[in-house]
Amino acid sequence: MRFGVTVFPGTNCEMDTFYAIREAIGEQADYVWHQDRDLSHYDAILIAGGFSYGDYLRTGAIARFAPVMDAIAEFAAKGGLVLGICNGFQILTEAGLLPGALQRNAHLKFRCSWVHLRVENADTPFTGGCRPGQVLRIPVNHGEGNYFADPDTLRELNENNQILFRYCTADGEVTPEASPNGSLENIAGIINKAGNVAGMMPHPERACEPILGSADGRYLLTSMVNFLTGRASHV
Amino acid sequence: MRFQAEVIVSLKKGVLDPQGSAVEGAIKSLGYEGVGQVRFGKHITLVVEAGSREAAEALVADLCKRILSNPVMETFTFTVTEVA
Repeated sequence: MRFGVTVFPGTNCEMDTFYAIREAIGEQADYVWHQDRDLSHYDAILIAGGFSYGDYLRTGAIARFAPVMDAIAEFAAKGGLVLGICNGFQILTEAGLLPGALQRNAHLKFRCSWVHLRVENADTPFTGGCRPGQVLRIPVNHGEGNYFADPDTLRELNENNQILFRYCTADGEVTPEASPNGSLENIAGIINKAGNVAGMMPHPERACEPILGSADGRYLLTSMVNFLTGRASHV
Repeated sequence: MRFQAEVIVSLKKGVLDPQGSAVEGAIKSLGYEGVGQVRFGKHITLVVEAGSREAAEALVADLCKRILSNPVMETFTFTVTEVA
């Protein structure tokens, strides 16, 4: 499998993401420049975290207009797998590829810490290797990860099982204290209705080897590979 | 024709504004009473070239919808003034 890892001016997690793919799960990866328009070599696209364009105006607001985003929208429309991590999640909401928006953390603090995530939907290309309700330990690193959506959108997300992860305690309990940012309903990650575009604030690429404190982030990447391998064998 | 546009982007009602709350707390801690509902927004100025005032307003409205605000959580208002 070949993953494309996007790089905008201000992206700073591309090397960790690249490393996680190549070294932790042994798949192929390339950097995809924000001016690139051709994604035809890739099986999946990871929008890496950071501070694209300095997070000016709003997080992800300017990256959304880079040429590569048109190519990603087209790739997604054809069913390609796209995962946005942290700033990547913010970019996907700004681009309208995922519903809602990410606001300033409710307490105004930048949060860099380990969190626990409860897998709410284990029947997606990104979580297929998890058990429903499984608790993953993955770090967050953001100042604007407070998920917001209007009540209709929130209802729709719940009804369509589009919530991938909620912040929870180590035992899997979803409590307000377990959330690092005040997100609505403790939402940490969501998926689009078609089931091929996902975004999450926590950084799975930073939790891909036991030496980093957790290897739970691998579930995301290996689930994607297994999904793509399974799909390929069915074609 | 050149027009000066002033855009104000505000958070929608009901959207939490932690920055506003923090400043409101600071105002209270200074001892002021009867001050509340502090909300932050953005003030953006720009100059646009357009054939008429209507065209300038349409252009600025388009910019507000497409990039200057995020309709999920923000609203906008603007004024347009002809400049020499």
